[in-house]
Amino acid sequence: MNTQTRTMTIDQSKAPSILETIRRHRVLATIVFLAALPWLTPNYSVASHILIFGLYALGYNLIFGYMGMLSFGHSAFLGVGAYAAGILIAQHSVTWWLAIPAAIIISALAALAIGALAIRTRGIYFAMVTLALSQCVYFIIYQMPASGGENGLRGVNVSEINLFGLNIDVLNPINKYYFFFCFVALALWIISRILASPFGHAIRAIRENETRTRACGFNVENTKLITFVLSGAFCGLAGALYGINLSSVAIETLHYETSGLVVMICLLGGMGTFFGPIVGALLFLLIQDVFSLWTEHWQLYVGAIFIFFVLFFPKGVWGTILEKLHVN
Amino acid sequence: MKTTKMWTFVLCLASAFGVSSALAQTDPIRIGLPVPLTGPYGAEAKDQVRNAELAVKEFNEAGGLNGRLAELLVRDDKLNPGEAANRALDLIDKDKVNFIVGGLSASTQLSTNNVTKQRKVIYISISQSDAINEAADMSRYTFHEALNPHMTTQAVGRHVFKKGMRIAFLTSDYAYGHEMARGFTRVAEEVGAEIVGEIRHPLGTSDYSVFLPRLAAMRPDVLVFNNFGRDNHVSIQQAGQFGLKDKMQFVTPVLLYTARQAAGAEAYEGVLGASSYYWELQSQFDTAKNLNDMYKKEYDGYPSDYGALAYGAVKSLLMAVKEAGTTDTEKVVDALESLKYDTYKGPEYYRKCDHQAVQSVLIIESKKAPADNPDDIFRIVDVVAPTEDILRSCEELGFK
Amino acid sequence: MDAFMLQLLGLQLFTGLALGAIYVLMAVGLSLIFGMLTVVNFAHGAFFMVGAYVGYFLYQYFPNFWVCLIAVPLLTGVVGIVVERYLVRPLYGRGIDYPLLLTFGLGYVMVEVVRIIFGKQGLPVGTPDALQGAVNLFVGPFPLYRLFVIAVTVLVLLALWLFIERTSFGLIIRAGARDPMIVRVLGVDISRIWLIVFAIGTGIAGLAGYLSAPLQGIAPEMGTNVLIVAFVVTVVGGMGSLSGAIVAGLLVGIVESMAAFLYPEAAKVSMFIIMALVLLIRPMGLFGRAGLMS
Repeated sequence: MNTQTRTMTIDQSKAPSILETIRRHRVLATIVFLAALPWLTPNYSVASHILIFGLYALGYNLIFGYMGMLSFGHSAFLGVGAYAAGILIAQHSVTWWLAIPAAIIISALAALAIGALAIRTRGIYFAMVTLALSQCVYFIIYQMPASGGENGLRGVNVSEINLFGLNIDVLNPINKYYFFFCFVALALWIISRILASPFGHAIRAIRENETRTRACGFNVENTKLITFVLSGAFCGLAGALYGINLSSVAIETLHYETSGLVVMICLLGGMGTFFGPIVGALLFLLIQDVFSLWTEHWQLYVGAIFIFFVLFFPKGVWGTILEKLHVN
Repeated sequence: MKTTKMWTFVLCLASAFGVSSALAQTDPIRIGLPVPLTGPYGAEAKDQVRNAELAVKEFNEAGGLNGRLAELLVRDDKLNPGEAANRALDLIDKDKVNFIVGGLSASTQLSTNNVTKQRKVIYISISQSDAINEAADMSRYTFHEALNPHMTTQAVGRHVFKKGMRIAFLTSDYAYGHEMARGFTRVAEEVGAEIVGEIRHPLGTSDYSVFLPRLAAMRPDVLVFNNFGRDNHVSIQQAGQFGLKDKMQFVTPVLLYTARQAAGAEAYEGVLGASSYYWELQSQFDTAKNLNDMYKKEYDGYPSDYGALAYGAVKSLLMAVKEAGTTDTEKVVDALESLKYDTYKGPEYYRKCDHQAVQSVLIIESKKAPADNPDDIFRIVDVVAPTEDILRSCEELGFK
Repeated sequence: MDAFMLQLLGLQLFTGLALGAIYVLMAVGLSLIFGMLTVVNFAHGAFFMVGAYVGYFLYQYFPNFWVCLIAVPLLTGVVGIVVERYLVRPLYGRGIDYPLLLTFGLGYVMVEVVRIIFGKQGLPVGTPDALQGAVNLFVGPFPLYRLFVIAVTVLVLLALWLFIERTSFGLIIRAGARDPMIVRVLGVDISRIWLIVFAIGTGIAGLAGYLSAPLQGIAPEMGTNVLIVAFVVTVVGGMGSLSGAIVAGLLVGIVESMAAFLYPEAAKVSMFIIMALVLLIRPMGLFGRAGLMS
């Protein structure tokens, strides 16, 4: 996988530049950016979409960027989260503040099950096992009558939320965005804490050199499994929000194309960076949105742009930006 | 630094884009049309766009609604329900459409409907689905112009099935296939025909060789292909290659115009099925001739079945708007509910409980087109007149 | 079990072989490319589709099935050469993700280009006259064309085996798969080898596409389903192993065929179940060598 080697000269005489401050308070900076996002995008729907997929990608990045394991089955967790929250809300009239945490727990359990089986493989085989297992999840959920099968799960209607006595109409796109934003901001903060902790360092150590990390006494398998479960939990949250956003869950959410999508987003944005997945989500979805409005041959242009980025921005867009900024 | 500047510039441009398009409003009557322009039904979707544009043009040329003209906002839903829901959200929140017409698969129309009914926007669906008529999905703002699997199967089944016949199904393993199979089973039971077996195949199968020997072993008189589009033409083609066509009658619920064109005459020779529209209907209805002529003026050939549905839906919607004298949703819903219309295929109306368009069903047979008229690919065997008989009862659908 | 059931089973088995033949061709190409270049070719399905369309196009000028049969893999290989030289090679050394991503985007582009040139709808392709009809095997009537496909696959595999095992070029390929660095040190131009291997792999994919055209017609999306099966087969067999690709391809084809017989809904997911099982018991695939991955 890619290692980013940075040479930093610490000049004690200069006051910390704006970029340095941003880098140190990256969570805050990201949150501020996301808070302003609806005003930057052509429409609010795309902003919510970017927010949710950004979270999906952030969760995935834990495994892919920071741990260095290419998983091709993360759509399973997005889907399990979406269906769990969806079924609870649509068919059992559970309120959102119970359904969403329930969805997170259920996807974490799914991640535990899949992770326990998959962790023993490496490299491309790990990717394929996760692909295979996620397709099994697809099949199971497809066959469940509660999921609606091909027709999808409809009726995930959260139209109003009652918070501290206030009735907020969540059908209003701006309100909906900030409703999701609260969850995403919290998740961002938690991910940041995880990465800054000794556990987070262990994750990166495993990516750099697994044998040496093991020699240092870390339980590599456990660390991998825990990271996988955490990743699954965050993706599950993204899934729950996804279902609420569209008021329905499509079976395509569990398809391997959705798994592939998050890989592309992370790689495009810059894996192994904190902000990269969000940049990736922003770029990919924006480009797709703009192009499909403009031409029916949007796949040609999206594919071509993709190829362009892969050839010339090897560290992903954000990764390359960071690199250029440090050189300066 | 340069790259940050560049990205800021790009983002500013993007937002300027958003602002400028919001400023360009002149208050026309906006109709959103999300259809799968990319994906396997791109050809059908394109025809739907063409036909919808004809309906809008017709309305505008007649003066519109006291000078207010209609405008079509075409979007690509990529045949993906998530994408369809996003497009619907966009159309409602950003483009402020008054109505939405569209959807070419059951899942996309259901997910679009889920969005529109929450926000009280009229949605007219133009493709087959049984679920959209049911009480759980339907709403006051949901209308269904297309045929549904039940209507289609009743019409075809009653035409083909006779007492004592042996019927076998090749069913695509998704909602459409199951709904068709269920409908045919019902007719078979009523008529006294025997269902000798059903084989389900996964959606999108390109090789049916694993299923055909078993079907042949059942020795049916009639083989019903409960699948759609490419699955339909590939399975029929391969079944023909396996030699099954000589031994049994091939029947399919929806004989799709574009699928027949794609597969060629030989594959579909002698296959019997149903359709909502075939251009030859012009010999029976002036409105059909009207549509065909309008279409021929702008484009080559004739409108396809799904294309004509889009025309019908947009036209009846605009008729209701004119009738109501306003784009106010509640009034237009009332107008649609009481509308009796003949847009392109004879008399139709929306049934009150489920807003299903009660319309005729054409029984057609595929044939080889004569050299001088390459569009003459079907023969209309029978026209089942509009009747609520072939619909499921309101109680069965869950309405009280 | 009565004779009729047995006959049906036998027929289903043969159908599985025919199904597996196409899978084997695709997997062999993928495995070759991965084994030699360590490139996961996500555009392999697109090459399959391109082969079918090239065949269709060529047929209009040279209406001879057999001429096109020879020409299609060659022309598809040429496309492969262009792709390798200008798109894949610049990514050498960057790890396994980048060619994977690039070929993913390339797949989109190729499908869309074909859509623009030939239209979104599928096009009908007829079976050549000489190969129509069915042959009466001891298990029942079996379409002649499918037997032909099995035969062609066997021939191609034989030719490939001879090429790799018996020629000096094949020796270089085997060496290059084992250790590209040493091969370079020994003075062999490894980039030319890669070019040729990529061309062979994609050429075989194009051939597979051309062969399957009379079975299902051609459509711009025809490559996507085949691609995922090809991956499963390659991984089950062991990436970089040709014998693995053959065994796994037949296995997947037959299991899918049998699953369709017994539990149709699971026919498509059956291969994923196989993959999950195989990888959990033998993490590098049936015939794969540990170490030949990222």
